[in-house]
Amino acid sequence: MNAPEDFSLQDGNPLDEIDRGIIRATQAGLPLAPRPYHVVAEQVGVSADEVMQRMRRMLALGVIRRIGAVPNHYALGYRANGMTVWDVADDRIDELGERVGKLDFVTHCYQRPRHLPSWPYNLFAMVHGKAREEVEAKARIIATLLGEASRGNDILYSSRILKKTGLRIGA
Amino acid sequence: MDELDRTLINTLQGGFPVCERPYAEVAGRVGSDEATVIERIDGLLSRGLLSRFGPMYHAGQMGGALSLAAMEIPAEDFDRVAEIVNRQPEVAHNYAREHRLSMWFVLATEAHETQADVIARIERESGYRVYDMPKIREYFVELKLQV
Repeated sequence: MNAPEDFSLQDGNPLDEIDRGIIRATQAGLPLAPRPYHVVAEQVGVSADEVMQRMRRMLALGVIRRIGAVPNHYALGYRANGMTVWDVADDRIDELGERVGKLDFVTHCYQRPRHLPSWPYNLFAMVHGKAREEVEAKARIIATLLGEASRGNDILYSSRILKKTGLRIGA
Repeated sequence: MDELDRTLINTLQGGFPVCERPYAEVAGRVGSDEATVIERIDGLLSRGLLSRFGPMYHAGQMGGALSLAAMEIPAEDFDRVAEIVNRQPEVAHNYAREHRLSMWFVLATEAHETQADVIARIERESGYRVYDMPKIREYFVELKLQV
């Protein structure tokens, strides 16, 4: 088991009940109304200025990654979803992980623990393509970038979605 | 999908403004009007071309814990174990993948301790080991799917 992530917020102030109210009111989506933050404000019982100020703080602190649209890759024609995994030398993984993340076709890029001997891979890069050949061509670009720092790799294609729900915090 | 739908998908993957009339501001950027932008986003959502529109929260930063976990499940036992995994409310996504490790799921919990409990419960009920793979580092990615 790895150490838990550090949960303390960067400015030292934890999220309070109003923040959590805003999160609950918006985690399924932002209202499609001319003044969406006013709609949220009414639900939470604070002013719209307060909602906007708190959302800006959560953005600055990374509690909100970003505000916008999440494309449905599959519906948009990106039917092949390949999780490419790599066994990268530990002393080079941060440098190389940053560079893999910057490739314009990589949508998620993480360092994760190996489970030797059955799972030797420590770098995960998600690649979407219209077909598997496209995912494989993109994986070759990653392989070239990693060079001899990568001692092995694989591509895991998803064959079925068994469950998909949004992330939820307690209501 | 027409040109305006494409422009909205390509330009709205982040940076939606926090202001009084954000859809009007976006409309100004893409050469449209507020009512049309709202209607188009609504249409993209209802046709399933967008899976979501709004703030994306970082579970770890909210005081929760997020992990990816994998299991090696033989085909004949797959459906039984999928049912056990999917039944856990903490499991947000679960995918079948073509690999010896055939089941991959994301666990989202409010605390790290809960996560260990859920993993122990799945192992006990299924009889298979769970490979826990919480992220050690996340490398920055641009959002850039172009349609």
